[in-house]
Amino acid sequence: MTDTSPPAPRRGVPLWAQIIIWVFLVGLLAIVALGLRRAQQGTVQPGQAIDNFTLPLYSGYELDGKSEIQFDDLRGKVVVINFWASWCKPCEQEAAELQQAWTEYEPTGEVLFLGADYVDTEPEARVYLKKFGVTYPNGPDLATRISQYFRIKGVPETYFIDKEGVLQYVQIGPFTSLEQIRAQIDTLLE
Amino acid sequence: MGSSRTIFYFVLLTLVLAGFWTIPVSAQGPTPTDDEVNRIAKQLYCPVCESTPLDVCPTEACRQWRDLIRSMLAEGRSEEEIEQYFVEHYGARVLAEPPNRLATYLVPAVAILLGAFMLFRGFRMWMKPSITEAGAADAPPEPEQDPYIAKLEEELRKQK
Amino acid sequence: MIANFGYGVLVITFLVTLYSVFAAIYGDRRQIPAMVESARRAMLLTWPLLTLTAGALIYLLINDHYEVQFVYEVTSRSMPTYLKITAWWGGQAGSLLFWSWLMSAFASLVTLRKWDRDREFLPWVIVVACVTMAFFIGMNVFFENPFAQFYQTFDGVKSYNLKPANSILFTPENGQGLNPLLRHPGMIIHPPMLYLGFVSFVIPYAFAIAALITGRTDDRWIRLTRRWTLWAWLFLSFGLVLGGRWAYDVLGWGGYWGWDPVEIAAFMPWLTGTAFLHSVMIQEKRGMLKQWNMILIILTYDLVIFGTFLTRSGVLSSVHAFAQSAIGPLFFAFIGFTLISSIALIIYRWGSLKSETEMTSLLSREALFLLNNLLFMSILVVCFWGVIFPLISELFSGQKVTVGPPFYERATSPLFATLMMLMGIAPLSAWGRSTVKTLGRAIWKPIVGAVVVTAVLFATYTQKIGALIGFFLVALVIFVTIYEYWRGAYARQRSQGENIFTAFWNLTGRDRRRYGGYIIHISMMLMAIGIIGIETFQVETQGTLGQGETISLRNYELTYREIAQWDDLPSGVNYRRAVLDVYEDGEYLGQLAPRIDYYYDSQQNMTIPGQRSTMRDDLYVLLVDWEPATAAGATFKIYVNPLVNWLWLGSLLFLAGIIIAAWPEKERERAAFKAEARVQQQTSAAD
Repeated sequence: MTDTSPPAPRRGVPLWAQIIIWVFLVGLLAIVALGLRRAQQGTVQPGQAIDNFTLPLYSGYELDGKSEIQFDDLRGKVVVINFWASWCKPCEQEAAELQQAWTEYEPTGEVLFLGADYVDTEPEARVYLKKFGVTYPNGPDLATRISQYFRIKGVPETYFIDKEGVLQYVQIGPFTSLEQIRAQIDTLLE
Repeated sequence: MGSSRTIFYFVLLTLVLAGFWTIPVSAQGPTPTDDEVNRIAKQLYCPVCESTPLDVCPTEACRQWRDLIRSMLAEGRSEEEIEQYFVEHYGARVLAEPPNRLATYLVPAVAILLGAFMLFRGFRMWMKPSITEAGAADAPPEPEQDPYIAKLEEELRKQK
Repeated sequence: MIANFGYGVLVITFLVTLYSVFAAIYGDRRQIPAMVESARRAMLLTWPLLTLTAGALIYLLINDHYEVQFVYEVTSRSMPTYLKITAWWGGQAGSLLFWSWLMSAFASLVTLRKWDRDREFLPWVIVVACVTMAFFIGMNVFFENPFAQFYQTFDGVKSYNLKPANSILFTPENGQGLNPLLRHPGMIIHPPMLYLGFVSFVIPYAFAIAALITGRTDDRWIRLTRRWTLWAWLFLSFGLVLGGRWAYDVLGWGGYWGWDPVEIAAFMPWLTGTAFLHSVMIQEKRGMLKQWNMILIILTYDLVIFGTFLTRSGVLSSVHAFAQSAIGPLFFAFIGFTLISSIALIIYRWGSLKSETEMTSLLSREALFLLNNLLFMSILVVCFWGVIFPLISELFSGQKVTVGPPFYERATSPLFATLMMLMGIAPLSAWGRSTVKTLGRAIWKPIVGAVVVTAVLFATYTQKIGALIGFFLVALVIFVTIYEYWRGAYARQRSQGENIFTAFWNLTGRDRRRYGGYIIHISMMLMAIGIIGIETFQVETQGTLGQGETISLRNYELTYREIAQWDDLPSGVNYRRAVLDVYEDGEYLGQLAPRIDYYYDSQQNMTIPGQRSTMRDDLYVLLVDWEPATAAGATFKIYVNPLVNWLWLGSLLFLAGIIIAAWPEKERERAAFKAEARVQQQTSAAD
């Protein structure tokens, strides 16, 4: 792009220059193509094994007294990760249902709900959690690392991961009923 | 060994004390004005909307972030600390510029210099045939146009 | 019915453009003039056909045919008729159609010109224009059909191009309404201007490609498209300015340009286009830079497509609504195809594009023009890098970053300053040969003038060094330009015995491009005053006021008087309007009324500033927040934007300048062509 007209009153373009031009051009197109692919890609697809991530937890929302969750430590449990934010109106539609599902499944010890608070402020998040009586572990998605890994398209989104750490189902947008949540968890528990 | 540990504890103690000392003072300070909040918000970007500075972003989420800045200012946190906090929590995209300045500026700078270099090399090659006579700087100016155009103009004049 | 008709015509137009491409290639290869003629007529047909399609779409828009998905998405019953028409380019599908329609108008215009003497270009101009058109129409036909209708089937309501079996048409009661941001008058004309600029750059590109393919790589293609290029540049520039004005009036951030990727996408072809406009002059005068001009026009064309791609494919924003659309990859493929084939062509013809003359002096006008090109390209590199960097960062480090105004401002301001300096020197240097001595003789008076102006500003207005440098350059360019103008007029007055005004007038008439260009330079400088003003002297404050309370900024005091809220049900808007008294140094100036308009149909707020505009500064007041429930007061944000009006003044002069430069000169043109033909005969006879 900075190629400012080599004057060269000779015939044709020297081979090395041609190579540079084409490499540059193809490189440029490749970057745009990769960017495009990324934009077109949806969220992480079911069937993919989820890598380890760290979710710090808000105080009062710890898991067994630990203020941080390593995803790899949760093998053997069905994990439901819900991305939400206090400024997100649709999230409020499902908040009560999620909490209810948690109270149902918590005693089994086989299921863990995690709330990943997507770009939010802690005071507002606490107001929200209190308002809906949420008790399952919740914490900020620091620097959007987790949401970027899952390539979320917005909030709310919920990811169901089986006991082996493999993603099995993705819910885009809020749940409309408790039944929906149950159905997904039950298939994973079987 | 023992003395260095003592120094360490002393430093730690000073830091802790300093921390305790600053907090009550700044907490007593007045609530930060909108202008003070905006001054910092102006340099940060909304993490959810595309390329909108935080001070002009009208969404509910941005209002919350401005409130956060206000409360952090009230706690006596400095501008750098607030920026640092935002980067840790919401990622580097809240900054108006990528954190790694060098990489950002280096590539266009190199490209521009390369372009300039090629242009001047081009100049030199163009001028080579006339370089000997170029010593005489005050050579009479060449006719302004090449013969073809001159002839064209002449034909034009004949037309009138 | 109408929708099916519109879609049918669209499909036919698509086929016509394809036919045109094949007939032109076939006719050229097999040397069948009749085939080429047939291709030409087919291309001529695209405009009436697309006008018919557009007519069908406008009919649907005006008459609330909400069974059509596009109509449902961009209009609602409460919108006035003129907005329903302009909603045509308010959405993806419609704006693509609008693009094709404008393109077809230009293509048809081109076919109507006399082709006698450049017959060999014709088929390839047709090919390029029709391939471009076919691409855009194809987008509409296959992926973004503006005529897709809602049908109710067993699976629910979805939109289909054609009626599926066992379905009934579904008509929603009301539409979603146009995004309120797009209802502003600025937004109504901003996209058409920008698109006009975009599509009209296709024409010079088509000629350039035709020249490359036919091997007639002399400057004929440049002479043929000179005026097209100027008009293209006019539209593009005007579109950019209108976009800035729109942002200033409705986006409510107190500025006109935010270095947003979408803005930069439109700015990049302007940069290459401007560079092209300058460097073609070197080719015309000196026969140099043929290769470079080709590269520039190819870049301009592909940046036009790239800009359209960036804003529509969702590459830049992963949460964009268009992200899942299929048009992203197709745009990408099209850019790749045109870029690679054009570059391959240019490499193939490289040898025959060599310069006829040599550079003789580093201070000659052509050398300075080259520097100008280097600077424009440098700004382009900065812009392109800024747009592409977040993409690269995310791909390679997984880190999302923002490249915002600080980067662009820091990286481009030295480039812009150098460009201004060049603008001051170049008009004084001669083609071919200039020396420090001749240049120095010409420039010392303007420099003295500019130094005086800067000194006065330093004493009375500002001590900021950046602004002073800027003002110095502005003054320098203005003085140089006026000096040049005056020298010409003075010489004319002496030799022709005209009075000075007639001399000015005739001078401009004699060499429109040159003096139009000078007017453009001056207008650029007026715009620069506005930009320097707002960039370096803007101040702002924000505060919550109870009724009767006052906030002050610079010399202004604003007292909050009252606020009112009411519904305008026919237009579906809720208004909240605050009134403030404005005083300057205690003197009452009048009232300002910032508003928040809430649009029920699209559920969006618009913040309309209250503005008081003078040449010295703009007072710009926004109503940020007001809750009727709390009634504690209203929050206002106030900006003082010094000198920003010069920007708009400059852009008006700018328009005048381009129109002067681009206005057709019928008589002289025809004479020139005749003369040219005769010279060619003579020279070829001499060979």
